[in-house]
Amino acid sequence: MNFFLLSLIKAAVVAFVLLTTLAYLQWVERKVIAHIQVRIGPSRVGPHGLMQPLADVIKLITKEDLIPPYVNKFLYLLAPFLAVTMALLSISVIPFGGGFTIFGDNTWMQLTDLNIGVLFVLAISSVGVYGIALAGWASNNKYSLLGGLRSSAQMISYELPLSLAIAAPLLLANTLSLRQLVERQSGYYLGFIPRWNVFQGPIPQILSFIIFLIAAFAETNRIPFDLPEAENELVAGYHTEYSSMKFAAFFMAEYANMVTVCSMTTTLFLGGWLPLWPESLGSSYLPSLVFLGAGAVALYHGLNPVRKPDRITLPVVAVVFFVLAAIFLIPAGHAVLAPLFWFAAKTGTLLFVFIWVRGTMPRFRYDQLMGFAWKFLFPVAVVNLLITGLMVAVFS
Amino acid sequence: MDALLFLIFATIAVVCGVNVVVQSHPISSAVSLIGVMGSLAVLYLLLGAEFIAAAQVIVYAGAIMVLFIFVIMLLNAGGETRRGRSLMAQLLGVPLLIAFLGLMAFFVERVFPGSPRVHFGSFQGGTAQAVGRALFTQFLLPFEVISVLILIAILGAVVLAQKEMD
Repeated sequence: MNFFLLSLIKAAVVAFVLLTTLAYLQWVERKVIAHIQVRIGPSRVGPHGLMQPLADVIKLITKEDLIPPYVNKFLYLLAPFLAVTMALLSISVIPFGGGFTIFGDNTWMQLTDLNIGVLFVLAISSVGVYGIALAGWASNNKYSLLGGLRSSAQMISYELPLSLAIAAPLLLANTLSLRQLVERQSGYYLGFIPRWNVFQGPIPQILSFIIFLIAAFAETNRIPFDLPEAENELVAGYHTEYSSMKFAAFFMAEYANMVTVCSMTTTLFLGGWLPLWPESLGSSYLPSLVFLGAGAVALYHGLNPVRKPDRITLPVVAVVFFVLAAIFLIPAGHAVLAPLFWFAAKTGTLLFVFIWVRGTMPRFRYDQLMGFAWKFLFPVAVVNLLITGLMVAVFS
Repeated sequence: MDALLFLIFATIAVVCGVNVVVQSHPISSAVSLIGVMGSLAVLYLLLGAEFIAAAQVIVYAGAIMVLFIFVIMLLNAGGETRRGRSLMAQLLGVPLLIAFLGLMAFFVERVFPGSPRVHFGSFQGGTAQAVGRALFTQFLLPFEVISVLILIAILGAVVLAQKEMD
């Protein structure tokens, strides 16, 4: 099959999966935060609120799409377009899995493997700042302007520790291509400890991982760094004057940025699609075990239901999980599906950490936030890079 | 294909560049300048200098232009008011400009006849490895001197900002 058609199909699949993930990531966030706060969350629209994202999409599409007369029209319309385009574009270089063969063509589970992949992601996130700055200014509203300026200042301040935290594992891997970064984390120490960048000699990149994660919270404007868009501070920050699909675009951009930074963390530090222990010790069977366990839990709760509709919905969920476990047991699918499972599991765990922190921590004040970036995180990132460089130079 | 992409993005760069001057509001000019930076990055990519293309977007379009936009937003600079311009300036301006550019092109062709044509993709020194190696071996002294220069600029900015706070 020729290259163009194959790329088109891959792009369509990735786009579909990404957009569905974004919609259901919002469902997961609402349910997890609800349970942290000892309440239920969306539970009426469909079983366990699973149709809630669909209802939200319909609501946002059918809302009145008004453009206030006092805004700068071109920039007002350009801003959400820039935000969502840049947010969705950075998925195109993330490697989801190994190579596979389809219709006789060998191809990677990645849309494109640029040899400057890391720089591409950094460039895209730098341009994504414009969406927020221009939205704040074009809305002709003092709350939007303040929110937009604060948010973009925060994002460019935290880009520095982010880039320095990225530079440290790059010293270990000697390449900027994301696929080669993951491939250089393959192999095991002592036969069972994976050579991910957080564990890799001559210096495990644990400090870089923590710095990257903190800077990622600030880059995506999530709690504890979300003062510029907190509802009780600035009305709604830079998207005050936006309604309907343009608001949905900013919303999607925020969640897509979250998915991007979690995928980058997984690729840079946690070994991408590589399993936690070697396949010779049976790591290919973990997906099936996880799904079997989830199905068993769902079946148990379906037989002693807390609420009456659960008598039907939970066994259906259990059946779905058992089918998934069966799919992962097919030996032919192992080479293709197991890396995908590991990548999704690691990224999903990081997304859960993002949501967990949102439900747990209070937010920083703006001057504390900026002081933290420039006076603490940036020097720590520089020192971390120096230590990594020293260890790499001495031990190799 | 390369020539077609070059034509498209060079046209975008020139149009955005002209738009920087033509727009009446500084923010619109700044956004057009970002368009110029992006098109230049694509032109660098076409030439084979991928590291420079990424650095152009990260540093120039992503940091320096953000700073420009911040300053314009914080200064609350309004759009320029168009006063009356002389009719002769409007009628003769653009044709004279085109004639001047044509004359310059003619002289460049006369002084440097038969300059080698650009072959897209023939430049091999554009990878990050090549740039890094050159920066740390052949161009080490300029690299260190530039870093000292930037340090002086930062210190100067800190001193100036402090003086205004007293």
